[in-house]
Amino acid sequence: MKLELTINGRVHSVEIDPGEMLLDVLRRLGYKSVRRSCNSASCGNCTVLMDGKPILSCTTFAARAMGHNIETVESLSEDGKLHDIQESLLETGGAQCGFCIPGFVLTTKALLEENPEPTEKEIREALNGNLCRCTGYESQIKAVLNITRKRGGHVNE
Amino acid sequence: MSEVLNIKELKRFKSVNKSVKKVDGIALVTGQPVYTNDFDVPGALHVRLVRSPYAHARIKEIDVSKALKIPGVVTILTYKDLPRVPYTRAGQGYPEPSPYDTFVLDKKVRYVGDPVAIVAAETEKAARLAAKAVKVEYEVLEPVLDYEKATAEGAPIIHDEPEAVGVYDASRNIAAHFEMEVGNIEETLKKCDKIIERTYVAKTQLHAMMEPHAAISYFDPNGRLTVISSTQVPFHARRILSRIFGLHIGDIRVIKPRIGGGFGGKQAIHLEPYVVAVTLKTKRPARLVYDRPEVSMATNIRHEMKYTVTIGAMKDGTIKVIDMKGLSNTGAYGEHALTTFMVAGSKTLPLYNKVEAVRFTGDVVYTNLPSAGAYRGYGAPQGLFALDCTIDELAHELGLDPLEVKERNSIREGESSPIFRIMGEGREGVDQIVRSCKLQDCIDKGKTAIGWNEKRGKQLRNGNKVRGVGCAIAMQGSGIAKIDMGAATIKMNEDGSFNLLLGATDLGTGSDTIMAQIAAETLGVKYDRIKVYSSDTDMTPFDTGAYASSTTYVSGNAVRKAAEMVREQILENAAKYLEEPAENLYIENAKVISNKTGREVTYEELCTKLFYTFEQKQIAATASYVGEESPPPFLATFAEVEVDLETGKVNLVKLVSYADCGTPLNPIQAIGQLEGGTMQGIGWALFEDVIYGKDGRMLTNDFFTYKIPTRMDYGKLECGLVDSYEPTGPYGAKSIAEIGIDTPIPAISNAIFDATGIRLRKAPFNSEELFFEILKKEV
Repeated sequence: MKLELTINGRVHSVEIDPGEMLLDVLRRLGYKSVRRSCNSASCGNCTVLMDGKPILSCTTFAARAMGHNIETVESLSEDGKLHDIQESLLETGGAQCGFCIPGFVLTTKALLEENPEPTEKEIREALNGNLCRCTGYESQIKAVLNITRKRGGHVNE
Repeated sequence: MSEVLNIKELKRFKSVNKSVKKVDGIALVTGQPVYTNDFDVPGALHVRLVRSPYAHARIKEIDVSKALKIPGVVTILTYKDLPRVPYTRAGQGYPEPSPYDTFVLDKKVRYVGDPVAIVAAETEKAARLAAKAVKVEYEVLEPVLDYEKATAEGAPIIHDEPEAVGVYDASRNIAAHFEMEVGNIEETLKKCDKIIERTYVAKTQLHAMMEPHAAISYFDPNGRLTVISSTQVPFHARRILSRIFGLHIGDIRVIKPRIGGGFGGKQAIHLEPYVVAVTLKTKRPARLVYDRPEVSMATNIRHEMKYTVTIGAMKDGTIKVIDMKGLSNTGAYGEHALTTFMVAGSKTLPLYNKVEAVRFTGDVVYTNLPSAGAYRGYGAPQGLFALDCTIDELAHELGLDPLEVKERNSIREGESSPIFRIMGEGREGVDQIVRSCKLQDCIDKGKTAIGWNEKRGKQLRNGNKVRGVGCAIAMQGSGIAKIDMGAATIKMNEDGSFNLLLGATDLGTGSDTIMAQIAAETLGVKYDRIKVYSSDTDMTPFDTGAYASSTTYVSGNAVRKAAEMVREQILENAAKYLEEPAENLYIENAKVISNKTGREVTYEELCTKLFYTFEQKQIAATASYVGEESPPPFLATFAEVEVDLETGKVNLVKLVSYADCGTPLNPIQAIGQLEGGTMQGIGWALFEDVIYGKDGRMLTNDFFTYKIPTRMDYGKLECGLVDSYEPTGPYGAKSIAEIGIDTPIPAISNAIFDATGIRLRKAPFNSEELFFEILKKEV
């Protein structure tokens, strides 16, 4: 079946198999930042934003994305300048192997748009579905807290 | 002495000991296509493996005719189509101390998931359908699922094939055996006031790295076989592929792109032989990416180990005897069997070097379960769990503070242990003195941070919940002495930048960055002027690979040596160019300056002239390094837990770990390694439990059923470093990658005891078990 998908503001017309998952279609279209790790909606690595909300693309039918805006991490630094979430991760050492990072960045973006001054507890809750096996999480939590600080927000300890 | 040196050196450093950003960081945070499965190779066949549903069976017949008829299927390979060459999947020094007991495909299967056929098709869907359509007829054999019964009389023999080489005793399912003794155990025990014997079991663990294993192979335009692989050991992969398929090493190229985590799980040859077999047969590119369940059960897991520890001590807590008897479960194949077992002793026993007699013995046995292999810590955490907790028990029975007993009996700077010489990895070790050790500072910092004196033995109660604290100390190593070799090539460019070509494998640790910092320090440039290219067997010099906490120490020393050689060449050529003797010249900020006349030349000018108009030559050097010793990093860990007496649930309130890794070359990356290792240890202690069905099938092979820690699963984590200066390390550095995982299990076990008076001697500590113990004891 034929599908129109809006990804990072670009409209793609794509032929899909019925029942194909969004993750497969995105990777096929070249959005390789969307990573497959568990393929069972339990690790968060394949997170993308649909109308600004994080969803797991490994278990979302591609057809469901029609008429919605899909955002992948490729959209964040198109002009060559890093998003402050990306910059902050580099500063705290929050990206080790980097495999989980696109999903992490997108979930964080959605969190900060909804709640610009999250407490540490709120950060942990919002990002709980984004597994990371390298960092021990601390550097990533610090990265998010630092963004609030840098944006001039109040850091709720 | 080293204290003075340390401070002087630290002040002098311009590039190392700085938390600079990762050289590959921007690619990682912007989601660039940098991992194996992100590479588009036109026309690549999709490969899937048919896997055994039985734990132990002989293949009677394979019928591929129906599967071949599925549109898009190109080829299906079985054991009949492949060379019957025994090998070991272990990516370790050659000749490997692991038995050659594996075939790409065999007539016999030895665990649920063992591959029986390789399917290659034009589409992934066709490959999956065909894999299901392959009909295999098995003669089902009785499996060995309990490793404690593997050597029993009449147990089924798992490796009865005559081709296997290096199995210790195939007729009794023993893959490897080790024993050593220093002093006289029995005689010394007679002199002790107190003897205790305890048995501890650490169950297996899954690596659960985020990137699943992947490999792609193809012939390049020159007809050379090229393999792109998510591997920690590209050079071992090349050597083993050459052996299996009878190809010249020079005809194979292995490329390692970015890796999405390894932790030892990618220190073996897992997928490469399957894609290569397809490419050799079809002459077409082939791609194989494992599903999560395949990553879990069909690569490697951690060796489950059981240790019975006997300790003899005096009333004041002086330990005179340590006797460890172990049993390790290697599963279906024996990769890393002997070496992980030896590390359980060699990286724990020297820590308690005041003993008069010490013994370490035991077997590594085969079972019909997924194959164990290398995993961060490599046996050391299993050994330490038993040793540390038994010492903890001893201290309690003597009425002493366990921390004081551990402190008093442990190794200190300038001291040695006979174990260093006796136990290496798969062979004798290397005599060494501990030249840098800030273990006491680590203990002191951690003790304060947790509030040891205020909290220990208090069993603070809040309703149904009771709190306790526990501690554990550890040591590890830095590479394998006299075995692990790393090499580096540095060449100069006319803009004054340098290419650093490395065989070392960055698997997410930040080692490329640290290597750039070392080169930059030596060459007097900013670290971003060092352009790193790592791990391509054609393009970079040899390196044994990223394992055994070796990269910073072994490969780092090679980088420092290569950079020193380049520095000499720069000075020599600058001397000619400036017409001044080299001894008048020094290097600073990408310039060569005369301390006599003040004349100077920039790297850019010098190198441009060297390329085009003056002398006309390339400045470049290659250096190799093999460690003469393996300096241990040290660690002290403190855990505070809260146990719910109504459910047995253990809540980790706080965990503190302080490590001595020498000079941290990049403190943020070093802390990241420590935190990451610690979190894996916490997971292993509390949540990560591999469960098998009665048929030997792994029931917990995905992230639903196998639970790694999330951001909500621990309380406070405090990790810190105590600087020391390791004189044999590059700019004073030792390792940090593995040690963090050694201590959480014993520290948490000891804390649970402090809270409840209950000793859990089998990890992970599940709440059901603790709950019934609480009922029995009525805490």
